Amino acid sequence: MSAPTTYRQPVSRLWWLKKRTYFLFAMRELSCIFVAWFAVFLMIMVFAIGRGEASYQNFMNWAASPVIIVINVVALAFLILHTVTWFALTPQAMVVRGPGSRQVPAMTEIRIGGRWVPAATVVRVGGRLPGAALIASQYLGLAVVSAFIAWLVLR
Amino acid sequence: MTKRHLEPIVWLLFSAGGVAAAVFLPILVVLFGLAIPLGLVQPDYDYLHAIFSHWLTRLVLLGLLVVMLFHAAHRFRSTLQDGLQLRGLATPIAVVCYGAALLGSAAALLIVLTV
Repeated sequence: MSAPTTYRQPVSRLWWLKKRTYFLFAMRELSCIFVAWFAVFLMIMVFAIGRGEASYQNFMNWAASPVIIVINVVALAFLILHTVTWFALTPQAMVVRGPGSRQVPAMTEIRIGGRWVPAATVVRVGGRLPGAALIASQYLGLAVVSAFIAWLVLR
Repeated sequence: MTKRHLEPIVWLLFSAGGVAAAVFLPILVVLFGLAIPLGLVQPDYDYLHAIFSHWLTRLVLLGLLVVMLFHAAHRFRSTLQDGLQLRGLATPIAVVCYGAALLGSAAALLIVLTV
């Protein structure tokens, strides 16, 4: 592939500071650092739990140090941003059909022997769940999972 | 060419990890990152050990950790590559990001097997 020869306006590396929506987008992308951070945090914690009670207490003392607490507060803020933006994106990434959807005949083209020929197919139409319902059901799932984990750990 | 074939798999892991992080991480950070270290709640060690050494917890935890690591790797790769305009370094960035996720997954496997 050869390089494009048309002129491309150079974009500043700080483009994400120019608009609030760009900035939120950049913060959403940066949430991945905290996903990785907490995955590693959990791994160290589970490792410590496996090594015995003293090791677990050492881990929790380390986790109680001001620097780690501040990191985890920031992590929580980024993870909430991740949750909210991820749930908001789902209806755009997938169509969920509820009651009232039906299959209808439709035409398509399939490739036979190197040629495109008309063919019959069916498509599903109607009964599309509104995005708001999909988003609400995800928050319900979040609430159920959170309540279950809190109950499991604290009972 | 192999990169083309890997892309859908990586995207699937990214997507699964996005759901896992969105649903599971907030409560886990509140509990294990804040409430327990700050002494707001004090679950018994033996009870915690029993939870984490249960086979179902190990299985779920391993799955969550692996997809979350690949989620983070994929997003971090695209942030570096497109956000900071480092397209020339695309291959080394991909190798480092997915390599780190792979190493992390191996570590997660060892940890859940030995807890």
